[in-house]
Amino acid sequence: MTVTPIKPWRATKRDIATQIAVLLASVVAAYFLIANTGFEGRLPLVIFFGIFSITALAIISGLRRGKEAAKDAVLAGAAYVGLFALLLPVVSILWTVISRGTAAIYGGFFTTDMSQDPFSSPLDAGGIKHALIGTLWLIVIALIISVPLGILTALYLTETKGPGSGLIRFLVQAMSGIPSIVAGLFIYSALISGTGRGFSGFMGALALSILMIPTVARTAEEVLKLVPPDLREAGLALGATQWKTVALVVLPAAKSGLVTAVILGVARIAGETAPLLFTTGGADATNLNPMDDNMGTIPFYIWKALIDGSPEAASRAWAGIFILMLAVLALFGTARYLSRARTVR
Amino acid sequence: MTIAEIERPNPAPVPRALETKPRISDQIFRSIVALGGFSSLIILGLIAAYLFFRGYSILRTEGLSFITGYEWVSSINSDGTAGSEQSTYGVGAMLLGTLVTAAIALTIGVPVAVLAALYLTFFAPVRIRNFLVSVVDLMAAFPSILFGLWGLYVLMEPGMYVAELLNKYLGWIPIFAVPVPVFLRSPFIAGLVLAVMIIPIVTAISREIFAQTPLDRIQAAYALGASKWAMIKNVAFPYSYSGVVGGAMLGLGRAMGETVAVFTVLNILYQANFKILLGAGGNLASHIILKFGEASEEEIKALMAAGFVLFLMTLGVNMLANFIVSRTSRRGR
Repeated sequence: MTVTPIKPWRATKRDIATQIAVLLASVVAAYFLIANTGFEGRLPLVIFFGIFSITALAIISGLRRGKEAAKDAVLAGAAYVGLFALLLPVVSILWTVISRGTAAIYGGFFTTDMSQDPFSSPLDAGGIKHALIGTLWLIVIALIISVPLGILTALYLTETKGPGSGLIRFLVQAMSGIPSIVAGLFIYSALISGTGRGFSGFMGALALSILMIPTVARTAEEVLKLVPPDLREAGLALGATQWKTVALVVLPAAKSGLVTAVILGVARIAGETAPLLFTTGGADATNLNPMDDNMGTIPFYIWKALIDGSPEAASRAWAGIFILMLAVLALFGTARYLSRARTVR
Repeated sequence: MTIAEIERPNPAPVPRALETKPRISDQIFRSIVALGGFSSLIILGLIAAYLFFRGYSILRTEGLSFITGYEWVSSINSDGTAGSEQSTYGVGAMLLGTLVTAAIALTIGVPVAVLAALYLTFFAPVRIRNFLVSVVDLMAAFPSILFGLWGLYVLMEPGMYVAELLNKYLGWIPIFAVPVPVFLRSPFIAGLVLAVMIIPIVTAISREIFAQTPLDRIQAAYALGASKWAMIKNVAFPYSYSGVVGGAMLGLGRAMGETVAVFTVLNILYQANFKILLGAGGNLASHIILKFGEASEEEIKALMAAGFVLFLMTLGVNMLANFIVSRTSRRGR
C-alpha cells in the first residue's frame, strides 16, 4: 500500500476557487461603484478593486479560521499591493519608451547630426550621430580611468588589506551615493572655471568617472571575495609572490565577475545627464575630438529636446531615451548572463 | 640504478631567521594598489576642498544666512559691474524644497518598497523572486532623465488626479490647500517621481535585510503555530527594523540629490512653498542647474557654495545610512 504524503500548507482547490470568485466579484463591484459615482478613470478602479478584494478575503478567512487568519490575509494582500506598485511604473516606463520611442527614428537617424536642423524641425531630418559618437567617447575614457582605479580599490580591500581598508570601504559606499550634479560641479570648479579651458568631452568623462569608480569597486570587491582563499594559498605555496598570485590566479579566477562589475559601471553612467550639463557643452555638430570643444552626448541630446518643448522635439527625446534604454538593457542582460555563468560553475 | 649516497652536511644545519619583509616586486605592487585604494578618499577630499574654496567668499559674506536665508538675488551684471540692488544668496527656500520633495518621496516610496520586499522575501516562489530581483536591479539602473520624461508625459495626469482628490477631501489641512485649483507641476508630483526612483534601492536593501533573518527563528515561530503575519511581526521586523531604516535613508540621500527628474517635472520657482499641491518650488540641485546657464561669476561662486552644502548633506545622510545597514547585516547568519 502506498501512502501519498499530504501537504496541508498548500492551497486546496476550494481555497483557490474562493479566491478567484472574490477577485472577480471585486472587479465587478469596483466597476459598478465607478460607474455610479463621481470617480472616473482606471486609477480609482484599481484602488477600489484592491480595497474590496483585500477586505473580502480578510473577512472570509476570518470567518473560516479566526482573527489571526484575517490579519494574515490582510498582510498577503498588502504584499501583493506592494508588488503591484513596484511593477506598475516599470511596465509603464518600458511601454511608454517602446510605444513613443520609435516615432523619430528613420533611415538617416544614425548617420546625421543636428547641426543643420533645429529640434523642432520635421522628424525626417537630423539624427543622433554626434551624440552616439560623444557618448561612446565618454564611456571609453571613463572606462580607461575608472576601471583600473575601481579594481585597485577592490584589491586593496580584499587582497592587500592595507591600513584603513575599513575606512576606504565606508568611503566608497558613501561615494556611490553622492549626487551626480556634485561630480559635474566639482569638475567645473576644479578644471574649467577660471582656467581658460572650455567644455570638452574629456571633462565630461572625468565627471562620469567619479560616479563609475564606486560602482566598479563595490561590485569587484564582492566578486573578489568569492574567490576561494585556497586558490591564493595554493599560489603562495608554489612560491609565487603576492603580485604573481593576484595577477595569475585571483584575477583570472574572478574574470567574468570583474567584467560584470565594469558593465554595471557603464550602465550606471550611460544615461547620466546632470554632470554633463556642466562639463561637455553639448554640441549639435559632430565632434570627433574629445579633448577639445563642445561635444554632444545622448543624454544631452534628450535634455535639449526636452527644453525645446515642441512635439517633434518630444519625439526626439523619446527616441534618444529608446536608444539609451536599449543600451542599458543590453548591458544588463550581458551582466546577468555572465554572473549566471559564474554561479553555475 | 644505484642509490646515491647522501652526504650529511657538515657541520649540522644552522637555524636561520625567517624574513617577513615582502620582496621588491610585492612592495611595488602593494604601493600601487594602495594608491588606487586611496583614490576614493582623495577624490572625496578634492570635491569638498574645491567646492568649499570656490564658494568660500560667498559663504563668508553670507555666513549662516546662506543656509537660513530665503532670498536669492544676484544683481551683478554678467560683465562684472554691480547691479542696481544688493545681491543676497540664501538657499533656505531650496533646502526646504529639497526636504519637502524628499519627504513626499519617502512617505509614498518606503511603504511600497517594504511591502514589495516582504512579498519578494516571504511570498514569492523562487523563480518569480529571481526574475523580480533582476527587474528591481534594472529599474535602479534606469537613467534619471528617463524618470523625468516619464513623470512629465505619463505620471503627470494621474498625479494631478490624486492631487485633486487630496485637495477636495483634505484641503482643510494647510499643506493640501491651493489658492487656485491648478495642480500642474507641483512638488507633490515631483515627490511621486522621486518615490518611483527610490523604490528600487529601498526594495533591494530591505529584501537583503529581510533575507538575513535567521532561518531557525523563522521556523521556530512557525513551529509555535505562528501565522505569516505573526512571524513577520515578531521575528522578521524586530530583526531587520534598523536595516530597513538605513535603506530608507539611502533612498532619502538619492531623493535629496536628484537633479534632472525634479527639474523636468517641477515648476522651478525660488520660493518657500509648504503647499505641496501648488505648482512652484524646487530643490537645491535643480536650482543649481537652473541658475548655472546665465550666472555671473559671483553667482557661480554662490552655486558652488550651494553644491558644497548639497554634498555635505547627502554625504552625511549616506554615511549614516551605510553605517546602519552594515551594522544590521553584520548581525546576520
